[in-house]
Amino acid sequence: MTDLSMPQSQTEPRSQSAVGKVALRWLLYVLLGLFALYYLMPLFVMLTTSLKSLEEIRTGSLISLPREVSFDAWKTAWSGACTGIQCEGLRPYFWNSVLIAVPAVAISTLLGALNGYVVAHWRFKGANIIFSLMLFGCFIPFQVVLLPMARLLGMMGIAGTIPGLIFVHVIYGLGFTTLFFRNYYVTIPSELTKAARVDGAGFLRIFWSIFLPLSLPIIVVTVIWQFTQIWNDFLFGVSFSQAGTQPVTVALNNIVNSTTGVKEYNVDMAAAIIAGLPTLLVYVVAGKYFIRGLTAGSVKG
Amino acid sequence: MKRFAFATVSTLAVVAGSSVLAGPQAEVLHWWTSGGEAKSVAVLQEEFAANGGSWTDMPVAGGGGDAAMTALRARVLSGNAPTAVQLKGPAIQEWYEEGVLADISSVAEAEGWADVLPASIAGHMKCEGTWCAAPVNVHRVDWIWANADVLAANGIEMPTTWDEFNAAADKLQAAGVIPLAHGGQAWQDATVFETVVLGIGGPEFFQKALVDLDPEALTSDTMVQVFDQMRTLRGYVDENFSGRDWNLATAMVMNGEAAFQIMGDWAKGEFLAAGKKPGEDFLCASTPGDGYLYNVDSFAMFDVEGDDKKAGQDLLAKLIVAPNFQKVFNLNKGSIPARTDVALDDFDICANLSAEDMGSTSDAGSLLPSYAHGMALRGSQSGAITDVVTAHFNSDMSSADAVQQLAAAVANSY
Amino acid sequence: MSEWLENHLPKVVLAPSFIAVLIFVYGFIGWTAWVSLTRSKLLPKYEIKGFIQYERLFDSPRWDTAINNLYIFGALFIVIAMVLGLLLAILLDQKIRVEGAIRTIYLYPMALSMIVTGTAWKWILNPGLGIESMVQGWGFTNFEFDWLVNPDYAIYTIVMAAIWQSSGFVMALFLAGLRSVDGEIIKAAQVDGIPTWRIYTAIIIPSMAPIFLSAFIVLAHLAIKSFDLVIALTGGGPGYATDLPATYMYAMAFSRGDIGQAASSAMIMMLVVFAIVVPYLYSELRAKND
Repeated sequence: MTDLSMPQSQTEPRSQSAVGKVALRWLLYVLLGLFALYYLMPLFVMLTTSLKSLEEIRTGSLISLPREVSFDAWKTAWSGACTGIQCEGLRPYFWNSVLIAVPAVAISTLLGALNGYVVAHWRFKGANIIFSLMLFGCFIPFQVVLLPMARLLGMMGIAGTIPGLIFVHVIYGLGFTTLFFRNYYVTIPSELTKAARVDGAGFLRIFWSIFLPLSLPIIVVTVIWQFTQIWNDFLFGVSFSQAGTQPVTVALNNIVNSTTGVKEYNVDMAAAIIAGLPTLLVYVVAGKYFIRGLTAGSVKG
Repeated sequence: MKRFAFATVSTLAVVAGSSVLAGPQAEVLHWWTSGGEAKSVAVLQEEFAANGGSWTDMPVAGGGGDAAMTALRARVLSGNAPTAVQLKGPAIQEWYEEGVLADISSVAEAEGWADVLPASIAGHMKCEGTWCAAPVNVHRVDWIWANADVLAANGIEMPTTWDEFNAAADKLQAAGVIPLAHGGQAWQDATVFETVVLGIGGPEFFQKALVDLDPEALTSDTMVQVFDQMRTLRGYVDENFSGRDWNLATAMVMNGEAAFQIMGDWAKGEFLAAGKKPGEDFLCASTPGDGYLYNVDSFAMFDVEGDDKKAGQDLLAKLIVAPNFQKVFNLNKGSIPARTDVALDDFDICANLSAEDMGSTSDAGSLLPSYAHGMALRGSQSGAITDVVTAHFNSDMSSADAVQQLAAAVANSY
Repeated sequence: MSEWLENHLPKVVLAPSFIAVLIFVYGFIGWTAWVSLTRSKLLPKYEIKGFIQYERLFDSPRWDTAINNLYIFGALFIVIAMVLGLLLAILLDQKIRVEGAIRTIYLYPMALSMIVTGTAWKWILNPGLGIESMVQGWGFTNFEFDWLVNPDYAIYTIVMAAIWQSSGFVMALFLAGLRSVDGEIIKAAQVDGIPTWRIYTAIIIPSMAPIFLSAFIVLAHLAIKSFDLVIALTGGGPGYATDLPATYMYAMAFSRGDIGQAASSAMIMMLVVFAIVVPYLYSELRAKND
């Protein structure tokens, strides 16, 4: 732990340093507060707009508190907004997103853990090359892969299905999950593996009973990262789904981005917040572990 | 015992019936998702269901159909094309050339489409002589909307030439009213541009420049004048127009902040939704000059496996062009029916004006496809033009430079 | 048999992922390279026609804008997000009372997609609706903030929103780094009377070099993939002043039916990525080989 809040120099007169210290603390909090405002501003605008009536949005300033708070827009966004012929709001699509995100996160995390374990502790000739090839895969722009991917999904017979979407998300999540676990596992001393092998433990057993129990922090990081990516994905969701398998981002887009219809901004904003709630919740609840996981994994970068 | 037998037989009948009644199936990809639009499409779905069909909805909104087209490509490449897709303009023929569209000529001939559709619109629905798409509606693009009170207060009539428009706009500006409500998005810039091309150059010039892409027309003095007028219009727009959604521009006209807006007739829906009356609170007229720019929504049927789906395509095509749907849908949507034999008594004065003009311009040969809304050109060509138009409108590029860039961009787009 | 399996299990475990990456990343890059040499329009075609698509690409003023924007956006975004992230991390590391809450506030933008926050940003930055009109409403009528609608400055609003979204994540990375610096060394430095800022610049920050690298890679990858952001905030406008290669490519491939052109722009993008990432991978491998 770095502790820089203690007096910097013992030789200064005590009172002067105390005054300076208090002023500095104040400055610090003011700065932090200002930054907090910057980060909260868009959320504030979204929240207040979602609570206003359409009439008030049309006439009033956008950055003002609602005169009358109304939750109608939230109700509409959840269960009444039109996303096509059906006007059932985001609800049906929300479930699709869960069905896609949960298995995709689980599978890509597990594969990332195994890959990271191999790359960090079972290095064979060429393992580094394989790892860097996988890492480079993180950087491919997703627009590039849409069309050939569609072709392959069709050949595999999972085009337009939820398993198809899970498959796509797992594939393009592998680079990052492998990177995370590798960077974490290289901090575990290789003596541990060696000792276990001398005791007769095999590849999977060492993974299962030594590495996995140590992995909680990095699992949290990976799950947060993957869940955010997959839940927020629109491009894959819109391209590789069909009626009945569209995720919530596609429904949100249908509510928000209609070109020639009448726009209901309060519903748009409420829908946007609802669609973002699961990821927000994950960050708020697991944010603490996120930093801890990064701390554990970041020593060797 | 008798009762039991009866129950068994009727159960069997139901089971047998349901397997026969698998009936027409359709998965429909479209981008009509806002409340009013969704209600309009729902009418079609209800009729489809009433005729024994089952409709699976596949809506993808955004970017005026861009997102839907992304989904469509992926679906076609994966061999899993939707049954019916909202498609329009030359894109229909482009998809036909890829060999993925179904032929619906049998329905079209049985229903006599050729007799009830204006020739130029029917032309868009045909691919090498066969019918390959069904038209839903006709949006007119070259509309100018105005706030009636603002015009009256400043003693201004609806302009019929661009000079009149400029004079009126100067007067309004002096009076502290924003003359033109505009949203600075590329497609809106293109919409204004094409009405100026039509107004200043006339229908023949429009045809040459924006349909045939004649290099002479593109670099002509007339085109320079068009860009000059665009520059003038830029001066009538408030400083804050960039990126504004079209409906917010409409709202500016509604609340008197601005006087005019140039936009297709979907803008009427915004006025009506706010309880404004056509002819009283707001005025509609064609933009200065002759001619009529149409934006026709249509559905194309994709090649699919299975008799139930093929039956669905035929049924869908039939219902889309049938008078009942054409009427109900367009009443909701602000556009007019594509077929000319639908009574327009229930439609408002703007729609009636549109229908009247469509008839007269069709006869005069000045019923023209909208370039800005993907009716006149293939995507890469119209996109190339829009790039130049929007770059000119949003910078201080000279008209002469714009014309040169226009010709170069078009040449580079093949 | 089982011994063979035991010996080769690591490879067997890695193989499926590796094969998947070979096909779905490198195979697809190869596919794109191939298509970039064709005249594919609406759907891909495979008849090679030479480098015509690249000629068209380099003739296009819009592509010039897109590439220039990528340089401006990428450089500013990466540098500012790093500096801001480091600053916030240092500020937060001063035994702040409500650290948990503030950290969450800084971090949450990463959780939301730009489809969600784009509209809000659009309003905030819009001169007539957001900050400018608010400040003018307070009586400062000369205040101007019209970057969003100014073609010369609009790209900087994209930078602002991108920094908003990602700097919290960078902060988290650096905070984690600060927390893992050896406390003993710092205590020793403090006892020696070395001023705080010197402790940071001479001891703590240099020890976090690997984190700078990780942050750089995450940010570079976000910069190159930036797409939602532009679509939601400016739609590429005013004009096409805020176009980026990713949006250019998408427009060509999907709204214009010009897949060959899109593929050629994708290949140039991949080259840029290559130029950035390969040195990083090289240094990673070198470090691993000691």
